[in-house]
Amino acid sequence: MSQSAPTREVARRVFASEFNDAAFTFTESDDERAPVYALLPTGESSNRVFFVGTLTEKDDVGEDAEYWRGRIVDPTGTFFVYAGQYQPEAASKLRDLEPPAYVAVVGKPRTYETDDGTVRVSVRPESITEVDAATRDRWVAETARRTVERVAAFDDEGNEYARMAREEYDLDPQTYKDAALSALADLDENDGDELAGDGAASDDPASDESDPAGTPEL
Amino acid sequence: MSELRQEAEAIAEQFSDHLAVDADEIEERLETLVDEYRVPVDEARRSVTNSYLEDAGMERDELGRGGSESVLVNDIDEDEQWVDLRVKLVDLWEPRSDSISQVGLVGDESGTIKFVAFKTSELPELTEGQAYELSNVVTDEYEGSYSVKLNRTTQITEIDEEIEVGDNADTVEGALVDIQSGSGLIKRCPEDDCTRVLQNGRCSEHGEVEGEFDLRIKGVLDDGETVTEVIFDREATEKLTGMGLEEAKDMAMDALDTTVVAEEMGDDVLGRYYRVTGPTFGRYVLVDEMEDPGTVDVETALIEARSI
Repeated sequence: MSQSAPTREVARRVFASEFNDAAFTFTESDDERAPVYALLPTGESSNRVFFVGTLTEKDDVGEDAEYWRGRIVDPTGTFFVYAGQYQPEAASKLRDLEPPAYVAVVGKPRTYETDDGTVRVSVRPESITEVDAATRDRWVAETARRTVERVAAFDDEGNEYARMAREEYDLDPQTYKDAALSALADLDENDGDELAGDGAASDDPASDESDPAGTPEL
Repeated sequence: MSELRQEAEAIAEQFSDHLAVDADEIEERLETLVDEYRVPVDEARRSVTNSYLEDAGMERDELGRGGSESVLVNDIDEDEQWVDLRVKLVDLWEPRSDSISQVGLVGDESGTIKFVAFKTSELPELTEGQAYELSNVVTDEYEGSYSVKLNRTTQITEIDEEIEVGDNADTVEGALVDIQSGSGLIKRCPEDDCTRVLQNGRCSEHGEVEGEFDLRIKGVLDDGETVTEVIFDREATEKLTGMGLEEAKDMAMDALDTTVVAEEMGDDVLGRYYRVTGPTFGRYVLVDEMEDPGTVDVETALIEARSI
């Protein structure tokens, strides 16, 4: 099919544990409006993501205006989603949704540097919708496959983003492959009927009281 | 069989219709170049082939590739492949260059594809509506669109056969990640043969018009590797969302705003997976059939993922 420029950015499939490690961002040109990409540690660029998980908490963390933060849990960790006045539809979704609920999110990776210099990765949502368990399961299976594919291509000659990942991160892509396969294996055992909330979240180092994604500047 | 022997026999085969050469002689010449003069095999093949071309007084493109593959036009997805087609000439266009003798569309049951014939190839003229067997045509790609080029070696055979030309149907699967503007409850221009969607009550061709309500969704399916723009017409939109035109009009009336319809539809369909089939039209797939891919087979997915 013919592709007319500018082409729409594909939504990468990435589990939370890998996404939260994607702290390095870059652009492909010097143009002021050039799209910003987060570098996935498995060696891929990501200007957009699509994920499905369990909304476990939502809070209005805004001071003057509403600013909603959602915690969305997948089998490997937690995505942090922030929506304010510039994402009115996503913000009103977060306001209305009652956790726990399966949600599908399309959004852009955003990074934020905390006072101690740590870079937090979060998602600025384009859309949030409530979905069912079958959609969640399909996403886990699809994301496991995409993740394993990226790891398999990591050592390919000419894999530019893998080269970049080696330079920018000290992270072993194998760990993401292991996490992906165990997420899929768990799905096989549980048959994926119940909400994935508690069990998955309790293993998650990010689920304590502190807010590891930080609160981006409003 | 040695590599050079294979190369030699391939070259002999290519010239079998034109020259009396045997593989032994060719192999000897290749050996001289490769073993004595340390010429790479590719270059040796090229050099030997060229010398036979000269002997035969032929141009390079007259050389058969020996057994090009018979394909359907909608399956062509690679540049510079030699293929055979069974097609009907659907449409002839006005050539835009003096070097072109004929240009237009040929089609088979899978769909249509552009073809070009050049004056230098000195081929017989093709007739609109006639079915042909075209052997030895070369595929070409420009910005993601494919075409075929006829050339001096192309064999054109008229066939007495009715070919039903297809609509380039494609099947796409992915998550619906976006609903674009111009979706939901829309108004179309009521002028004869004009179905343009109105922007702020205006048709780009007929200006301010009354407009007729319609439903459609322009969406984006994304599988994590590629994005495909898809259009659901009224029927497909009703099937997808369960919302009919009357219900959509009532909803818009209550809200005094037509955009609520697309928002409401977005709630029902964004973030879900779909598999759709339909003809491609420019960069869009027009949805004829749609299905929910259903429950994922986790066991198979696991086996597949482990084998990557």
